[in-house]
Amino acid sequence: MPPGITLAADAPGLSAANTGFMLICSALVMLMTPGLAFFYGGMVRVKSTLNMLMMCFISLGIVTVLWVLYGFSLAFGTDSGSLIGWSADYVGLSGIGINQLWDGYSIPVYVFAVFQLMFAIITPALISGALADRVKFTAWALFVALWATVVYFPVAHWVWGSGGWLFEMGVIDFAGGTAVHINAGAAALGVILVIGKRVGFGRDPMRPHSLPLVMLGAGLLWFGWFGFNAGSWLGNDDGVGAVMFVNTQVATAAAMLAWLAYEKIRHGSLTTLGAASGAVAGLVAITPSGGSASPLGAIAIGAVAGLLCAMAVGLKYRFGFDDSLDVVGVHLVGGVVGSLLVGFFATGGVQSDARGLFYGGGFEQLGKQAVGVFAVLAYSLVVSAILALVLDRTIGMRVGEDDEISGIDQVEHAETAYDFSGAGGGAGSRRTASVPAGTAAAAPQTRKVDA
Amino acid sequence: MKLITAVVKPHRLDEIKEALQAFGVQGLTVTEASGYGRQRGHTEVYRGAEYTVDLVPKIRIEVLAEDDDADQLIEVVVKAARTGKIGDGKVWSVPVDTAVRVRTGERGPDAL
Repeated sequence: MPPGITLAADAPGLSAANTGFMLICSALVMLMTPGLAFFYGGMVRVKSTLNMLMMCFISLGIVTVLWVLYGFSLAFGTDSGSLIGWSADYVGLSGIGINQLWDGYSIPVYVFAVFQLMFAIITPALISGALADRVKFTAWALFVALWATVVYFPVAHWVWGSGGWLFEMGVIDFAGGTAVHINAGAAALGVILVIGKRVGFGRDPMRPHSLPLVMLGAGLLWFGWFGFNAGSWLGNDDGVGAVMFVNTQVATAAAMLAWLAYEKIRHGSLTTLGAASGAVAGLVAITPSGGSASPLGAIAIGAVAGLLCAMAVGLKYRFGFDDSLDVVGVHLVGGVVGSLLVGFFATGGVQSDARGLFYGGGFEQLGKQAVGVFAVLAYSLVVSAILALVLDRTIGMRVGEDDEISGIDQVEHAETAYDFSGAGGGAGSRRTASVPAGTAAAAPQTRKVDA
Repeated sequence: MKLITAVVKPHRLDEIKEALQAFGVQGLTVTEASGYGRQRGHTEVYRGAEYTVDLVPKIRIEVLAEDDDADQLIEVVVKAARTGKIGDGKVWSVPVDTAVRVRTGERGPDAL
């Protein structure tokens, strides 16, 4: 049936409550990407604030368009060989009726498509934190397009697509521990091994320039994560989404406390950045496991993740890789912890019948989780490194050393985040170009500033 | 004439200003500054990475005074700036050859 002929209200099986719930959840997940931009943006130095914000923000543009064109079809189309999907109806979202329901659920395909789109957007944005301060923006934009196409869309199909090999094997990933966090964290590691360290890494101070921005971002992430997690049951008429909401909250709280406790014991201070980072580590870890665990299990999962991630962020200094904002330490480690803990904490009575070690299930589920973790980690690591290598050898991944030192914002975006002059218009700055026709005598056209 | 310069903790500015006004000082100049003394700044921790911050925020206050007032003014500033804790700062004076009030062209003590 062509779209738009039958009114959606006539759709049998459609739940208005679930549909409304999922539209709100989709909007919440969308907010996570700007939230992530602020979380990352506050952690970089003043001179690369805008670049960090833009590296996240551009994902909203690129991935959205690709998703409609072919991404949704690759991830959630009819399975082919357990590795990839394809449905012609989904190309351009052109063959989907407005009253057509997502198979087995009470929400329209369109709603499912936008909800999943938000996941596809934030995943490449997560990678950007590892590459702060040093990557050409065009190379990054191209990387996002290629990575989404050859890594995210297929991996989403493996994990969540009907017929996807990890999905069929019984690997539990409620809301994206493997497809989103391990995927992004492994990709970050792959890319930074290719592009190398920032100039001055380990020598120059690279303190966060605005911890209030970091806290704002972490708060927005926490808020948006309720949509991310609670929405992943695709409705809430049986209460599972509500369990996930509770687990998200308690695991995040426990992780924040665990990170802070580690810091207090190890370094003597309870830091703002530690609180924000611990919260994000908890959110990451509960993402795959929260649908199968009890609230007490969620506290344990959060605490373990908070502790291990706090310890893991120091690894980059020990091993000498420059993961600028600890994407590996928080997202890869947090994702692995959360995904494996499903094998311990799955209660068997919520998301599926699978039980973990602590609930009499033996090692079976843990084994499946380990396969999922390793498969996504290895695939994303290798393919992301290859993509970075190809881009580096062709258009070049990094800005010049001088440009990196003087600040990537000015070089890549012709802007600066803050005007510290206080003199109204910037000390020593003047308009030099783009004077409207007829008034061109005003200024020498030495440099094009805007159009 | 003397130029009295004080590099002190920023949060003492109000007390110093009030003390100088009470003494009868007509004008002063305040500049944001940074530096360190014997205490060598402080340590900050970000995700376990420790940074030693050498240059800590200070303010620099400059006051022109007549020779006879200079020593007393220094005492006023020192008293108002003192917290007793490390990093309270320094105050010193140097001789000034001449001073001119820009608006009127007055010179020397008349310009103060």
